[in-house]
Amino acid sequence: MSFQDRYTLAYKTYPYEKSPDQDLPAPVRHPVVIVGGGPIGMALALDLGLKGVGVLVLDDHEGIGMGSRAVCYAKRPLEILDRLGCAAPMVDKGVVWNIGKVFHKDDQIYEFNLLPEEGHKFPAFINLQQPYFEMDILNRVHELQAGGVPLQVRGKNRVDAVEDKGDHVLVTVMTPDGPYQVEAEYLVACDGANSAVRAMLGMDFTGEVFKDSFLIADVRMKADFPTERWFWFDPPSGSGDSQLLHKQPDDVWRIDFQIGWGADRAEELKEENVRRRVAQMIGEDVEFDLVWSSIYTFQCKRMTEFHRGRVIFAGDAAHQVSPFGARGANSGVQDTDNLAWKLKLILDGTAPAEPLLKSYDAERIHGADENIRNSTRATDFITPKSEVSKIFRDAVLALAAKHDFARPLVNSGRLSVPCTYDGSPLNTPDALKGGPDRTRPGSPCPDVPLDGSYLLERLGDARGARFQILAIDAEVPERFAAHGLECGVIRLSAAGNEMLRERYLGAAKGAVYLIRPDQHVAARWAGWDEAAAAALGRAIGKEG
Amino acid sequence: MGMLNTTRNLAAPDDVYDMLIHAHEGKTKEESDAFNARLILILMNHVGDREAIAEALALAEV
Repeated sequence: MSFQDRYTLAYKTYPYEKSPDQDLPAPVRHPVVIVGGGPIGMALALDLGLKGVGVLVLDDHEGIGMGSRAVCYAKRPLEILDRLGCAAPMVDKGVVWNIGKVFHKDDQIYEFNLLPEEGHKFPAFINLQQPYFEMDILNRVHELQAGGVPLQVRGKNRVDAVEDKGDHVLVTVMTPDGPYQVEAEYLVACDGANSAVRAMLGMDFTGEVFKDSFLIADVRMKADFPTERWFWFDPPSGSGDSQLLHKQPDDVWRIDFQIGWGADRAEELKEENVRRRVAQMIGEDVEFDLVWSSIYTFQCKRMTEFHRGRVIFAGDAAHQVSPFGARGANSGVQDTDNLAWKLKLILDGTAPAEPLLKSYDAERIHGADENIRNSTRATDFITPKSEVSKIFRDAVLALAAKHDFARPLVNSGRLSVPCTYDGSPLNTPDALKGGPDRTRPGSPCPDVPLDGSYLLERLGDARGARFQILAIDAEVPERFAAHGLECGVIRLSAAGNEMLRERYLGAAKGAVYLIRPDQHVAARWAGWDEAAAAALGRAIGKEG
Repeated sequence: MGMLNTTRNLAAPDDVYDMLIHAHEGKTKEESDAFNARLILILMNHVGDREAIAEALALAEV
């Protein structure tokens, strides 16, 4: 059985080694098997490993793929990865940007500043080549492995069959030494947009395919372009229908050229043709090295259900968006954040499996739909599908050059923000009168500075699945436990901390929040309420 | 229906209609289409109300 790599590796980080599992007469049972060692699979493995859940990652390659690919990482995934212990090197290496400029033909039509809100540990966005992002996660995986965390990664282990046996999943794995089988209590498919596991189970993956394609060129140059995001509609160079310029670390710029649906891939990817486009854009006299180039087409699709029985899907395997808005990898990390604590509680026997897995579907489908809606709208604006759509698009751009009112209509991508799980079955109705809308039940907790640290550093629980009671200017018991779960209790005062007041109290004098291990609000009240026990039960899938 | 004013609201309808037609004089079809699109966007912003715009879109279906 030969292994043809589907892509070139940037780093061979987990070369194939024969595992003792392969020689045992009966399949070994693992609590969780993850299919796919990309950023989503590894983030989930890290999260579960930290929680003490035995994890086995099976990847049909032996390391990290080449190419800058998902280049923009948003604040929320960085906060999540910080809890898992690997965001600091990403931010150190990454490029922080706030200024965006939009051009139409020859003219700059306007400039915006993301003006990130004060008082957050992480910036709104960093740009970082995906291999660095993956390497930072993997370094943390290795660090945990050295510390004895039950986390294994197996390269050149290709999953060829998956069979849900009711009380476990039987997985058939192909290796250079032939096939073997393992069992999983749960299997999570993080095997990307063309998920083989999804195909094996014949599960739906439907949506919209866009008839356009983009050429990416990563170029290294010492040029003096500022650290900004530049987006051109109808660029004057004629080098594409639209183009995007983004700064990455190592003096590398990422340029995306819209080249149309009918483009000849092989022809376009020839080095001289890529160089010609780049030169048209940055100027004939600017010296540059071509680092990497690729062509992508895109679609907005999702599965009808994100899990079936004991097989669960996360990241691009479950949902795919167009790249505008950086909602792919960013939303995948939010999937794993949502799933890890739920699997931990299910495997511990603390929470019922099906209701909690259903809540994963409900919450992350809600997130996927929001991402698909936003990225579809951006795509319709950037690559109008009809003559009239193009007429309106150009009308917006013409007006935006002169009139501020039209600028909010310009859509070159609405950048990824985490979604609020409104309507989630895990939420308890809001009982904080006058409380801020942004921290209503279902919301991700916004960060706040606290005497030299940050609130998010204290909320959530990477090493378990602990809920927190957050009391702000309110009396709460020293300890609180219910449904077999001991909650953390944090007491704060908003006196002298206006950001805490504005983000968590609003018009209320005090508040008590019940916060999930993934830092989403489950419930809130004006003061200590015995209903906290019922709210906790509801938040772990037991009827409240 | 509720947000959109569908009662007679123009004091001098012939004048206003004339302004509209006049604005298109000398324009090619392409220029007129672009002009109309800009005009719609300007008026839409003036209306400012999502519900009223939704009603107008429904009404325009005839």
